[in-house]
Amino acid sequence: MSANRTVQSANQPMEAQSPATGSRVKTAARLDMVSCHHCATLWKDVKAHDRCERCGAELHARKPDSINRTWALLIAACIMYVPANMLPVMTTASLFEEKQDTIMSGIIYFWVSGSWVLALIVFIASFLVPLFKLAAMILLLIMVQRHSSRGLLQRTKLYRVVEVTGRWSMLDVFVVSLLTGLVQIKGFAMVYAGPGIVAFAAVVVLTMLASISFDPRLTWDAMEYESRKPV
Amino acid sequence: MQEVPDMIACEECDAVYRRLALGRDEVAFCRCCGGELERDISSRRRRVLPLTIAGLFMYIVANAFPIVEMELHGLVNQTTLMGSVIALNAEGMPLVAFLVWTTTILFPLIQLLALIYLLAAPNRPGGFAYRPAFNLLGRIIQTLRPWVMVEIFLLGVIVAFVKMTSMATVLPGPALWALSVLTFLFAAVLSFDPRYIWRKPIPERGK
Repeated sequence: MSANRTVQSANQPMEAQSPATGSRVKTAARLDMVSCHHCATLWKDVKAHDRCERCGAELHARKPDSINRTWALLIAACIMYVPANMLPVMTTASLFEEKQDTIMSGIIYFWVSGSWVLALIVFIASFLVPLFKLAAMILLLIMVQRHSSRGLLQRTKLYRVVEVTGRWSMLDVFVVSLLTGLVQIKGFAMVYAGPGIVAFAAVVVLTMLASISFDPRLTWDAMEYESRKPV
Repeated sequence: MQEVPDMIACEECDAVYRRLALGRDEVAFCRCCGGELERDISSRRRRVLPLTIAGLFMYIVANAFPIVEMELHGLVNQTTLMGSVIALNAEGMPLVAFLVWTTTILFPLIQLLALIYLLAAPNRPGGFAYRPAFNLLGRIIQTLRPWVMVEIFLLGVIVAFVKMTSMATVLPGPALWALSVLTFLFAAVLSFDPRYIWRKPIPERGK
């Protein structure tokens, strides 16, 4: 759809207008401006609980209570991660046997039966992505709380990757829901959803909420903190 | 409270820039972190409404017909989108059923309807749309965006399909094709960010 897009990054940062201040670029927070989170309109002289006059969203310089909320959601997700991987996500009952599957045994089944591509897709979406997401978000939070200014660009990129990949863990939830809906032949073959899928869905939703409530601008606030430090 | 119409702040690192007049399909990126600041969508805007309406038709087909059909020992069973939600709910998984229902049925519908209203409303002869409703729908579209999971559901159908082939004969239903088309339409439609409906042109310098 956008094949003929040209990339342009020659914007003049505010630096050009202001004397060198230690930090590279002027941030909105430093200039006492607030950018609307929904329509990106920039406002100055904003009082608490003011609403954006353009789109009606509440204005705040940073997402409210970002660090605490993200920690709470992440800790809850870590707790749910254990049952999500231990408990069976579905039970397959056929004429002669009943088989219980966890997330991992489902992946192994694909691998053994020769569908390596699918085994890889499910392994990435259901196992690697949630683990990577938990680790990445904890790392981002700890570094924000320590006002670390190391690898700012890499941390921003890490956050972008977490935001894009996180949703794909829902894959296993959809697979289980489809199979329970489809395989309902009484006596011959039945598929039941197991308790593990509830915990797994909770992990996906909680980590998604955590990455939404995290404010990537907090990462860059370390620059401000550093420039204010007495030398 | 005062607007600063000729500047923009990066959403990811808060760096402030003077807005540049963008040419056709040009994108402005943040120099500091590489995040996207603004993009020109004038050429795309006209295409979004027909694509959204096509998406609505595909959505109806995807919901009305079965997604997959399976046959085992002469017994046939099939499921629709709603059918699997109902089956999950019947097995005592109301929360998971609710999650599947919202991400694959409810939110995509809200997204499509809200977008149609947003794109059609300003062109009405009576003047501009009812402002609070317009604003609310625009914000809803942005908030719901990560929770519309049609493309992930499609991949889920493929995985479930392969899983079943060893056990029974499986056939794709008409809804599966509609769902694939809907995935592409959503990808095109959701690249349209409602923030550009709110956007004002950059004021002339020196005024």
